[in-house]
Amino acid sequence: MDLSRRGFFKIMGATGAGLAATGRSAAAWESRAPEDAYGCLVDLTRCIGCRKCEQACQTVNGLPQPEQSFDDLTILDRKRRPDEKSFTVVNRYYSGKIDERDQLIPTFVKIQCMHCQDPACASACIVGALTKKENGAVHYDASKCIGCRYCMVACPFEIPAYEYHNPITPRVMKCTFCYERVAEEGKLPGCAQICPVEAITFGKRADLLALGHQRIKDNPGRYLDHIYGEKEVGGTSWMYLSDQPFEDLGFIQVPEKPLPQLAETIQHSLFSYLWSPIVLFGMLSGVMWGFRDKGDRHIDREGENP
Amino acid sequence: MSHTPRPLRAKFWTPGVVLMAFLMAAGAVAIIARYIGGIGYVTNLTNARPWGLWIGVDVASGVALAAGGFTTAFVAHILSRHYYEPVVRPALLTAMLGYTFVVLGLLVDIGRSWAIWKPLIHWNPNSVLFEVAMCVMFYLNVLYLEFVPIVVEQYKGRVHLPGPLSGLNAPVEGLLKLLDAITGKLMWVFIIAGVVLSCMHQSSLGSLMLVAPTKLHPLWYTPILPLLFLTSAIAVGYPMVVFETTLVTSSLKLDPEMDILTPLTRFTVFLLGLYLALKVGDMVVRGTYVYLLDGTAQTNAFLVELILGVIVPWVMLVLPKVRQSRRGLFIACALIVGGVLVNRVNVFVVGYRPPISEANYAPAFSEILITVGLIAGLMFLYRFLVTYLPVLSGPKQEVSA
Ligand code: SF4
Ligand code: SF4
Ligand code: SF4
Repeated sequence: MDLSRRGFFKIMGATGAGLAATGRSAAAWESRAPEDAYGCLVDLTRCIGCRKCEQACQTVNGLPQPEQSFDDLTILDRKRRPDEKSFTVVNRYYSGKIDERDQLIPTFVKIQCMHCQDPACASACIVGALTKKENGAVHYDASKCIGCRYCMVACPFEIPAYEYHNPITPRVMKCTFCYERVAEEGKLPGCAQICPVEAITFGKRADLLALGHQRIKDNPGRYLDHIYGEKEVGGTSWMYLSDQPFEDLGFIQVPEKPLPQLAETIQHSLFSYLWSPIVLFGMLSGVMWGFRDKGDRHIDREGENP
Repeated sequence: MSHTPRPLRAKFWTPGVVLMAFLMAAGAVAIIARYIGGIGYVTNLTNARPWGLWIGVDVASGVALAAGGFTTAFVAHILSRHYYEPVVRPALLTAMLGYTFVVLGLLVDIGRSWAIWKPLIHWNPNSVLFEVAMCVMFYLNVLYLEFVPIVVEQYKGRVHLPGPLSGLNAPVEGLLKLLDAITGKLMWVFIIAGVVLSCMHQSSLGSLMLVAPTKLHPLWYTPILPLLFLTSAIAVGYPMVVFETTLVTSSLKLDPEMDILTPLTRFTVFLLGLYLALKVGDMVVRGTYVYLLDGTAQTNAFLVELILGVIVPWVMLVLPKVRQSRRGLFIACALIVGGVLVNRVNVFVVGYRPPISEANYAPAFSEILITVGLIAGLMFLYRFLVTYLPVLSGPKQEVSA
């Protein structure tokens, strides 16, 4: 264990350089949301629960047809989640709204990946297999994925599903925002295209927000003054308009701060340019050098440190 | 009384070792099942609960409980308290095996085991997990390098491979010499790097959950979670050494080494006290004590972790009487080790509540088998290596107590 004087000063020099880098690393966290992202605005007051979007999604994404036919609406009797075989599902909620003959009116809610503006899943992914694309899609690249499932832990909306029964090459499965269709073929997402009542509007996120606020303004009685996804987790590409309180429709309350912010701020302020490990290394070398042969003069035993 | 480490050279196949081999075999069967039917075939993991027993115990607790490696290296080699030298090698061995099994556990847990190397070429510097993985990888190599001198000491100039392999004697000898030369000169770098890498990933393991504020129960979700992970890992280092030294010396009938363990735990009084202060202070500042008496599983798990795992052993260790009694010291240290284990399991499993599906999770039998099998494998290898390599230094007890 020889730490030469020269080696020691070299290390202290590196420490200084590390400290100099600290100043720069303290920069505040910045959103990496694309400016001109596409999105979808789902108008829950329009949706009739026909499940055509589910069917279209299976087709355009080449997913297996489900056992229960799409016309069988009894499936709506229970709440479903998107899974590894279906990227989107429609659930039915009775929030207490009644029609003129005192019948309960259902509200149908289509769920899929929200394509967050600052996605927790993409920040978490160890290899960057999940990325937020310029067009708004949060895209999954199976060829990078190692299957750690940290993205699933990170996603506040419990969206990514896993092929748990594939032993060797399981994939993370979630709505693709029809990335190839939109980016390369210039088409609408499968679900948005097929919707018979135009409950799903596809467009630039900024335009959709304007449209949503316009609808609220034009029909204050019809809508709540809240677009879910405008501010939630810092904004999402998929957004919802509703006449019923969102919490009655299975939407959870989430912070308005992008979820990656805290962990990324901590990580980057500690580790950018590896300044803190370098400083620690320098300090420990100093301590080691200083203590090199005065550790335990008081207790000396035979055979310990020849 | 000599304290030179030497191979144990005791009978290897004791009943305990046979039991370990049996548990390993059971675990191996479950691992084979996992690679035939998939993770879903052997676990109760779901889309809402993607991490379970394996991450909580094999990985997170494995890393925390291997902290004896860098904490003893710090005191004995950086602070030059060579008095503690006899526990450095066993702690190093535990850390080396611990991290090896963390990686084995990860291999089983990640869906694409064959892709585990991909973080080397696909970097995501925003990902906490990426940083943890890099540190664990480097640290594992550092641990292997730190272990080299032990192998060299035993075999340098004495390589005698049997029969057909004897042609390799010279090259193996050369390799040992080379490794010896490298590690000899650079050992101080590895020792310091080991401490630095440990501080980095022990804390970052806590940062992992910061991305999920809506999922982790508020009793654990705090911005200082990385600091709590770091302090608890440092605090559990010496108790872990006491725990395993006592187990090893009593099962192998060696000298209990109380003259080393007792002073070592004086540090623990301070370190564990610091952790306790941070944890309680955090609870007060964030006002999360309001949950303490609500009787949910989460709260009870938190109380067990805090009272049995931190407060009780801390009070015990404050008393010199406990520190000097072999049994008292062992109980206190076992509680601390258990407390950190429960804490890691709480953060990654018990305290994790998916808000939409509210899915519950309890590990499946085969999931438990794999964890038990891996732990048995670790103990088996430990026993094997101390039998043939100079790791333990406690002299045999003259009269077995
Ligand atoms: S909803 Fe979940 S999976 Fe989709 S982008 Fe957001 S964090 Fe990622
Ligand atoms: S499971 Fe795949 S996509 Fe998800 S975080 Fe891990 S590597 Fe990334
Ligand atoms: S955007 Fe495409 S992948 Fe997503 S729900 Fe619609 S059809 Fe399915």
